[in-house]
Amino acid sequence: MLRVLIIGATSAIAEATARCYAARGARIFLVARDTTRLIDIAEDLRIRGATNVDHAMLDVNNQPAHAGVLEQAWQKLGGIDVALIAHGTLPDQSACESSVETALAEFATNGTSTIALLTALAPGMEAQGRGVLAIISSVAGDRGRQSNYLYGAAKAAVSTFASGLRQRLAKAGVSVVTIKPGFVDTPMTRNFRKGALWAKPDAVARGIVRAADRGSSVVYLPWFWLPIMLVIKHIPEFIFKRIKL
Amino acid sequence: MSQAGQSWGRYPDAKQSIIAISDRHHGLPATAETILPYGNGRSYGDSCLNDGGVLLHTSHLDRFIRLDVATGVLDCEAGALFSEILDLIVPQGWFLPVTPGTKFVSVGGAIANDVHGKNHHRAGTFGRHVLELELLRSDGSRRVCSATQYPEWFAATIGGLGLTGLITRASIQLRRIASPWMSTEVHRFDDLAGFFQLSESSDRDYEYTVAWIDCAAKGRALGRGLFTRADHAPACPDRRPSAPARHLRVPFVPPISLINPFTLRAFNALYYHRQRQPIVRATTHYEPQFYPLDGIRDWNRIYGPRGFMQYQCVVPPTAAEDCIVRLARIIGSAGGGSFLAVLKQFGALPSPGMLSFPRAGATLALDFPNNGNRTLRLLNELDDVVAASGGAVYPAKDARMSGHRFRQYFPAWESFSQFIDPRFSSSFWRRVME
Repeated sequence: MLRVLIIGATSAIAEATARCYAARGARIFLVARDTTRLIDIAEDLRIRGATNVDHAMLDVNNQPAHAGVLEQAWQKLGGIDVALIAHGTLPDQSACESSVETALAEFATNGTSTIALLTALAPGMEAQGRGVLAIISSVAGDRGRQSNYLYGAAKAAVSTFASGLRQRLAKAGVSVVTIKPGFVDTPMTRNFRKGALWAKPDAVARGIVRAADRGSSVVYLPWFWLPIMLVIKHIPEFIFKRIKL
Repeated sequence: MSQAGQSWGRYPDAKQSIIAISDRHHGLPATAETILPYGNGRSYGDSCLNDGGVLLHTSHLDRFIRLDVATGVLDCEAGALFSEILDLIVPQGWFLPVTPGTKFVSVGGAIANDVHGKNHHRAGTFGRHVLELELLRSDGSRRVCSATQYPEWFAATIGGLGLTGLITRASIQLRRIASPWMSTEVHRFDDLAGFFQLSESSDRDYEYTVAWIDCAAKGRALGRGLFTRADHAPACPDRRPSAPARHLRVPFVPPISLINPFTLRAFNALYYHRQRQPIVRATTHYEPQFYPLDGIRDWNRIYGPRGFMQYQCVVPPTAAEDCIVRLARIIGSAGGGSFLAVLKQFGALPSPGMLSFPRAGATLALDFPNNGNRTLRLLNELDDVVAASGGAVYPAKDARMSGHRFRQYFPAWESFSQFIDPRFSSSFWRRVME
């Protein structure tokens, strides 16, 4: 039976992913800040077929609390087959430009906290000699763009960290999967106009589960972001400086 | 931020801001403009639009809360779709008590439009199977409403077009089934008299009945069609209960409507003559039986950029045959015809909502490509016949009926209005109150 840990479990993508695992009868451990929401989601997952669902409250920016919660997850699940790190915010870029405090706080939420969690999870996974660490990064981490480079920088840190961790853990038989979603229609992106490039959370969730099943390395979801980001990454700086993105 | 939004008929256009609701414990968002709950946008006209206002999207408010497998009571959030519910309950031996012709409707939408299905003569409307619902108002109050608790709020909210507040969750009594299979019989009939005969005899013995009629046929063939009657099939262990997974999609909006008098006549004749024998019996999966059009995603695009209008009316039993003949003649002489014309007899079970559409009589549903004033004139002519008979037109499918007609069809509108949340409104409601 699949044992799944999900951090940031109240995010729309995480919840949709948890439903895929619930339908397979997985044992699931949910971690997020909002306990009321966690209780609702846990009950929903049980009805959808999860064998067992436990949850714990955690503010990812409260680093000293990480160890206790992760320990609880290891114990309740009795091992971890898939750990999905899905928490995040969408910072207001202009607020990050006018306040150092905001910029660093957002970087901590979207970058540092993930690095801390991965660092804490890695030894257990390594010792176990199997399993998947799946991390939701973003296409925004592929190149800094003026519209959201604070978020992009944090995600770039996560992607780069994951790349190194992947090399390290490959020897132990642990897969590190970097997931780079494009635009996803979730409450986090509620203020955006939705167009043809927008994906639904359940489509992205199916992609995440597929990537975790295969132990892929880096996946763009939906796939068409791979060629799009390839182009964006290769625009020479002298042109990039002059365009709005 | 304002976004263009459309209903299933892709007419009319509306611009509104969107706010996603994902937590049923929170209050309603503060907005300067009026708000309207929006489930999955399967209403055809403007009852799910709020031009210039705010839509509260409930697609993330879709969690299951409780499922009692022994009694078949499902408690879920209002944004849950029938499709998700079916995936959950069918393998456990339960089925929706009432379902419309698409499974892509939300529970909240099904309640707000008090939807009906092919078993109306047996089960009545969806609202009859709602045990209770929670209504969240803009003043922050919450009411758990049922037939015995806040019954007047319950009656106003069922069929209340989303105007009485946000339905956050509902509890539904499901129906037992032995298998996902259906035993079906399709009978060919030559005219409307044939339909009414089949309907009389079938409604007694079959749970689901519905007919498709050839709206392009004229003269003696007027009202010919295919009558389907079906029951849930007993368990058949030799069949594997898997749904057909193949899905087609209309990938883009064609520049003009693909439905025109020529394609329409051809389609209708082909469809009618597809069945050579007078009766065909089969055992089929429930999906193609209940949701034939769900197999083609975005089928509403075939009507082109101008969209289409649905027209569904009900006429009282005593005048039914006469009225349907007159409606069919008006449609036939207008030459526009209807791609899909669906005819069914509603039973006498009372609908629980103050503004519920279903009532005893014959109901006819038609699709028309939007040809502007020509279509509007035709539908007004149909309204004259329906109104004279004492019938009604379905708000969930309407984008054009006059306020005068609406108030005639739904005399309870005045007592209903006192239950409308002062911060809620819709394009439909403003139109029919003009």
